Amino acid sequence: MSGIPHDHYEPKTGIEKWLHARLPVVGLVYDTLFIPTPKNLNWWWIWGIVLAFCLAMQIVTGIVLVMHYTPHVDYAFASVEHIMRDVNGGHMLRYLHANGASLFFFAVYIHIFRGLFYGSYKAPREVTWIIGMIIYLLMMATGFMGYVLPWGQMSFWGATVITGLFGAIPLIGEPIQTWLLGGPAVDNATLNRFFSLHYLLPFVIAGLVIVHIWAFHSTGNNNPTGVDVRKGSKAEAEKDTLPFWPYFVIKDLFALGVVLIVFFAIVGFMPNYLGHPDNYIEANPLATPAHIVPEWYFLPFYAILRAFTADVWIVMFANFITGGIVTAKFFGVLAMFGAIAVMALVPWLDTSSVRSGRYRPMFKWWYALLLIDFVVLMWCGAMPAEPPYSTISLIGSAYWFAYFLVILPLLGVIEKPKTPPATIEEDFEAHYGKGHPAE
Amino acid sequence: MIKRFTLSAAAALVLGAGSAFAAGAEGHVHDVDFSFEGPFGAFDQNQLQRGLQIYTEVCSACHGLRYVPIRTLSDEGGPHMPEDQIRAYAGNFEVFDPELDDTRPATPNDHFPGSNLANAPDLSLMAKARAGFHGPYGTGINQFVNGIGGPEYIVSILTGYTGETREQAGTTFYENKAFPGGWIAMAPPLAGEDVEFADEHSNELHHEAEDVAAFLMWAAEPKMMARKHAGFAAVVFLIILTSLLYLTNKALWAPHKKKLKA
Repeated sequence: MSGIPHDHYEPKTGIEKWLHARLPVVGLVYDTLFIPTPKNLNWWWIWGIVLAFCLAMQIVTGIVLVMHYTPHVDYAFASVEHIMRDVNGGHMLRYLHANGASLFFFAVYIHIFRGLFYGSYKAPREVTWIIGMIIYLLMMATGFMGYVLPWGQMSFWGATVITGLFGAIPLIGEPIQTWLLGGPAVDNATLNRFFSLHYLLPFVIAGLVIVHIWAFHSTGNNNPTGVDVRKGSKAEAEKDTLPFWPYFVIKDLFALGVVLIVFFAIVGFMPNYLGHPDNYIEANPLATPAHIVPEWYFLPFYAILRAFTADVWIVMFANFITGGIVTAKFFGVLAMFGAIAVMALVPWLDTSSVRSGRYRPMFKWWYALLLIDFVVLMWCGAMPAEPPYSTISLIGSAYWFAYFLVILPLLGVIEKPKTPPATIEEDFEAHYGKGHPAE
Repeated sequence: MIKRFTLSAAAALVLGAGSAFAAGAEGHVHDVDFSFEGPFGAFDQNQLQRGLQIYTEVCSACHGLRYVPIRTLSDEGGPHMPEDQIRAYAGNFEVFDPELDDTRPATPNDHFPGSNLANAPDLSLMAKARAGFHGPYGTGINQFVNGIGGPEYIVSILTGYTGETREQAGTTFYENKAFPGGWIAMAPPLAGEDVEFADEHSNELHHEAEDVAAFLMWAAEPKMMARKHAGFAAVVFLIILTSLLYLTNKALWAPHKKKLKA
């Protein structure tokens, strides 16, 4: 499966040969588990395993929660309380599932930003990147619909606001919104379809995760130098790599352990810290909460959505040249989805010949600014849409687009990158001299 | 009607007009050192029982606890009352039984009744449905340090009346320093010395307020003790496992690094 030369599974006994001729499943597992992996992977490469763990945990806890949950507007909120009070271990299941969503997004953001720094999206890994972006979009859809299920105030009003975004699309917006909701407003039909999709999408994600892994197992992992593994011969490749099992499995499990210590401390000692108190009030279509705030992991894109108000010149310009079709609200929706779209297109927007940000002196600073921008946008998303936050959101949104659409294409032309090490082996030796294991 | 309402609410938000309710109207909530705070904090059983007494004698006149099964009063980690006492206690409430198509005295398996007044919110989850602490500047640091502050919010409301009242559209509002906006429709429910405790514990206003807030925290999060124990066990187990994995990882990689160093 991999382009890196390595040993393949050889069936020895009769029964192994019999099975291998009919279904090479053992060979598939063998090749996956023993895949040659660049030995210089640093600690930023551990979040993939955290994400795999999150998906498994969300599916397992979710399946059990479904056994006790009632998807009906009259019973949903009460059934969650039933889980919290009467179901054996139900309170832990629910808190693991709710905080698990936060860990999932925390991990995916680090995973994405790791890719953005080390150029993991660049050829030949564009397909891995695109599939990753689709997974991320599905995660957002799943997370959003899952938050609706407890049928609290934030569930209801969050669903109202977000599905209302589709209503901003000219002409077809309102029919789409009605179709999504199953009626004119968020109601029982909405809750039921969200429940159904919230159960379905994780399995779609699981399928895409397999394709995601398949894709980067075909190209081989990227690594902190961005230098390719030497593929001339098996002996040469072995100087740059170590098999995934046991070297990276144990390393990743250790890292997962550290992450889980923090995670279980949050679940055990402050499980509602990342949630919103209003969601402990049952949904009431007649009482709007004072602040409707999405979950923290949506905040950067929520800030971009709100940044483009009618008094921003680019919005006025778009409104003018489209003859009023692009309203401020529709512009905000386009900007929000556009912010993710430009990220998905980064393999073709980054023109630099060097893959890893480690050897790109100018890129490093713009990248650092992007990280800060992301955090600032997240903060703005949680604040009321008024000055100075609206102005900061607008600057932050502008930088987000500028980074992908202007800075990355230009940097490839004007920047003079440093020379990366010739081989991964060289990088590994250099780092080992400083005594940082696998860093 | 609802559609128009929700659409306009959505539009208001997206267009940024949602800031009409912006910060500045938050009431003042003071921190209370509750026994159940922190990773190792536990409910004070006596305090919960006193809180139950205040709830029963005062709050329950208007408010309900419809998500709380009466039997859970005997649970460990909660008020932990003897079962015969709870059976007698349950009998004080009338509940509607659909099978009888009539009301009957409650049993421990029934839930507490709901609110008697339409505008008196149910208190089952009140201690988790309000945030006492915010910010600073939307960072959540205060909640990280002090907790979310639901019980503190309840204490601050109960002790925050200034004595001022005003009439508006036929309703009396009472000035309250802790209530967002400053005027609350609930008349001061506690004045101090409202109940007599069997253990002769102080029934001053702030003691009563803290006792009933602690009880409502238990009502909102009855499995708090079990949760903290589970969290602690998980953290200890994971620290041991992770330490072993650290050593395994170190030993596993050592030869490759030695070979390279040579």
